[in-house]
Amino acid sequence: MEHYLSLFVRAVFIDNLALSFFLGMCTFIAISKQVKTAFSLGIAVTVVLALAVPVNQIVYHKLLAPGALAWLGFPDADLSFLGFITYIGVIAALVQVLEMFLDKYVPSLYNALGIFLPLITVNCAIFGGVAFMVERDYNFSESVVFGLGSGIGWTLAITLMAAVSEKLKYADMPHALRGLGSRFIMVGLMGLGFMSFSGVSL
Amino acid sequence: MANAKEMKALVFGPVFANNPIALQVLGICSALAVTTKLEKALVMGVALTLVTAFSSMFISMIRNHIPSSVRIIVQMTIIASLVIVVDQILKAYAYNVAKELSVFVGLIITNCIVMGRAEAYAMKSPPLMSFLDGIGNGLGYTVLLVIVAVIRELFGSGTLFGVEILPLISAGGWYQPMGLLLMPPSAFFIIGLLIWVLRTFRPEQQEKH
Repeated sequence: MEHYLSLFVRAVFIDNLALSFFLGMCTFIAISKQVKTAFSLGIAVTVVLALAVPVNQIVYHKLLAPGALAWLGFPDADLSFLGFITYIGVIAALVQVLEMFLDKYVPSLYNALGIFLPLITVNCAIFGGVAFMVERDYNFSESVVFGLGSGIGWTLAITLMAAVSEKLKYADMPHALRGLGSRFIMVGLMGLGFMSFSGVSL
Repeated sequence: MANAKEMKALVFGPVFANNPIALQVLGICSALAVTTKLEKALVMGVALTLVTAFSSMFISMIRNHIPSSVRIIVQMTIIASLVIVVDQILKAYAYNVAKELSVFVGLIITNCIVMGRAEAYAMKSPPLMSFLDGIGNGLGYTVLLVIVAVIRELFGSGTLFGVEILPLISAGGWYQPMGLLLMPPSAFFIIGLLIWVLRTFRPEQQEKH
């Protein structure tokens, strides 16, 4: 239990996908202008991450990993080179299913997320989460915790960022720094803040 | 067939005038984590340039046969296959760099530059022009990455390509390295300041509110 708790805290704060690995930055910079939209996007990303990481964990260990096809009678097969294309396929399919499910059963959330939902397929945070899971060789329950934790971490980061930019609208900055330039520097400062968590160990 | 001038504009336009990172906010996702060392940044830049160029070319070749409802999946499949090729080549011939780049080679798939160019340019243009457009945008990305990597590696660890330029105090020299430059947030500061400089000289890129 302690192991999972520590993994969760690591995923949320220390190894924050957005602020220490720069994943999902395109949407992070583009969307984080209003707290409300940023938060709904964060929720969507969390849901997709929490589903995609465990599903890809199963796919990797049952189909792709070296020797994984032994149950089919191919103990020597190593399909791990097909990894990338499989993960992105699984992610795209999951997002599609989620979209249809929300459209049918939770239309209010579906409308709130709007265009963001299909865009999550190409959000690097999802793919990054899956790739880290494979690289660090998590087992199934670890991958559930990791997926959920990193999604929450990403949500936290983008919501905070949006809150800061709402305030910064009134700041009198040099013209050339307005917009994109100041956003990068803001993310950098937030990253510094999150780095102070790195001393935390459970 | 387009003339030489137009081709030149396609290749060199994105480097400064229309830089994919600094102006179009594309492809920052995987960009920043690989800039602690010049070598990593260069390999990443070359890999991305090749993937963008070839994926644009292939997508442009079949653009008239792709039904628009499934175009994203088709683009993804082409891009993912190219990235797998690049990844396997890197693992075979530059294993150490591939190890250090870890998941970031795979992340080229979701790099918005590749998708963005495929969607915005290659779907409407002939193959050769799309290829050049891909090269140009890849170059713009590489240039920015290399600038950031030079600053981070030179001042953060006193080396370039792993060769010592500024002798460190710990090795009997005089230079005290700036540890902050090796940390993730410094990449954001450097890019933010670069954008500031770029936009001071190109006021038309400034954002109006």
